[in-house]
Amino acid sequence: MNISSADLTALLLTLRLAATVTALLLLVGLPLAWWLARTRSRWQAPVAALVALPLVLPPTVLGFYLLLALGPQGPLGQLTDALGLGSLAFSFSGLVIGSMLYSLPFVVQPLQAAMASLGDRPLEIAATLGAGPLDRFFSVVLPLIRPGLITAAVLGFAHTLGEFGVVLMIGGNIEGETRVVSVQIYDHVEALAYAEAHGLSAVMLGLSFSMLLALYLLQPRGVRVRA
Amino acid sequence: MIKAAVTLRYPGAADDALQLDLNLPGQGVSAIFGPSGAGKSSLLRCLAGLQACRADIRINGVIWQDATSCMPTHRRQLAYVFQENSLLSHLSVQGNLDFAMKRAAAPVSQARYAELLDILRVGELLPRPAALLSGGERQRVALARALVVQPKLLLLDEPLAALDGTHKRDILELLDTLRDLIEAPLIYVTHALDELTRLADHLVLLEQGHVVAQGPLRTVLARTDLAHRLGDQAGVVIEAQVSARDPRWRLMQVRWDNGQLWLRDSGEALGSAVRVRILARDVSLTLSEHVDTSIVNRLPVQISEINSSAEDAMAVIRLSSGQADILARTTARSLDHLGLEAGMSVWAQVKSAALVR
Repeated sequence: MNISSADLTALLLTLRLAATVTALLLLVGLPLAWWLARTRSRWQAPVAALVALPLVLPPTVLGFYLLLALGPQGPLGQLTDALGLGSLAFSFSGLVIGSMLYSLPFVVQPLQAAMASLGDRPLEIAATLGAGPLDRFFSVVLPLIRPGLITAAVLGFAHTLGEFGVVLMIGGNIEGETRVVSVQIYDHVEALAYAEAHGLSAVMLGLSFSMLLALYLLQPRGVRVRA
Repeated sequence: MIKAAVTLRYPGAADDALQLDLNLPGQGVSAIFGPSGAGKSSLLRCLAGLQACRADIRINGVIWQDATSCMPTHRRQLAYVFQENSLLSHLSVQGNLDFAMKRAAAPVSQARYAELLDILRVGELLPRPAALLSGGERQRVALARALVVQPKLLLLDEPLAALDGTHKRDILELLDTLRDLIEAPLIYVTHALDELTRLADHLVLLEQGHVVAQGPLRTVLARTDLAHRLGDQAGVVIEAQVSARDPRWRLMQVRWDNGQLWLRDSGEALGSAVRVRILARDVSLTLSEHVDTSIVNRLPVQISEINSSAEDAMAVIRLSSGQADILARTTARSLDHLGLEAGMSVWAQVKSAALVR
């Protein structure tokens, strides 16, 4: 197995990307999942469908639209340009945005399922004990959905690690900025450097498997229903 | 005073689930009684603000809800004990108590806290996870948690319904013990008359979302027009005092103004206040005193009201025995046969009476 310094750079970049994306997705995903789990709005179904879209959409399609949106002519591109940030396409920030959209359902759906299975009772109990809405969310909802929270974080992280199509479309191939492991492996294969491709691929396989293994070992079997 | 005018209609329903006007005393135990589906739990949820409804709710002068404002549940300073699972399952027993104390406007003093935990035998449960308690333990902890926050209103939604006989008696006993320690008004929802005859001072009869009757327990239970709704359970309660005992036959006498009964001696001290329940079906009437009968309790009474209808074979008669009312149920034929009329003096034979408190 050969791990070159370029491989290592790609690996560290990928981990940094996955960590950033997971943290941001939990921040965005918690309120979004809460809304999806509790609302009776007629917008619930369209929003739920939108969130699930990356599950079925080819990553290249998502990447293509993102490229248009983030590029200098796109609405987001013009916005970031006006703010003096320049174009986000072919940058780490652009990758973060793309990966967040790509991994959104993997974070939101476990959270939403855990929140929906809570039912009203724990919240009603907390309300009668004097806890306001925000208090209830942090002191009752979060501790009760911990298994779902862990699942969401691990799936979001693992899924971002393996991203390829979206990165290729909007990130390109800039070392240390957008060249993640999957792209690096692709480059190795293109160059017929199979030994190098093997090295990185094995690392990814091991990493992904150990994360999922940890998840399934640590989580209770089935849905935990407590009295 | 507790005043609550509540109207509740579920979306899509043709009729109101609740349409009532409650007037309850500002202290003591008020029981809400009715068959299942009468809207008892919905009413409690409306009072707590857990169920959105149109309402005007005032608790001892504080407006909880009116036409223009609705205080959210967490500001209402109430305590709620659900039928089961009132505890936060991710916390220990101690965690549950702390959760409530931390958010309470005026939690109890250390001394009272210790006293309540002691009475409810919660001390040894403190480190246990709430999710691993038995049904009886859960309700004891829920009661402790409800009392340590000193709520302005205590709501109990059939707290015994999910328990078996032994635990039911245990919690009922504890509730009775705690009555004097509870300063807040307590609203107790139940469909078991034996629970409320023991605990309640005030009674609300609920049927299909409407108040059929409300008032002091003794008054409501003595109404002849309500007796048919209670069926075999119809009957009065009488507040009395233990006045004598007969050790030879293991009997004790309870007395009220111008009335008395002999009951099986259950060990209460002489002079202690007791509550006796007499079912209407256990009272029969004679025109003269029969001494050649096995029935020990024969009371001279006056007929104050007769309620009979042509469609019903049974009639309900209200009798006054001194200051107390007694209901008797007889067949309409006996009524006619004996020529009973309001105002007549007759003898009531009481086949059995139970000490409920």
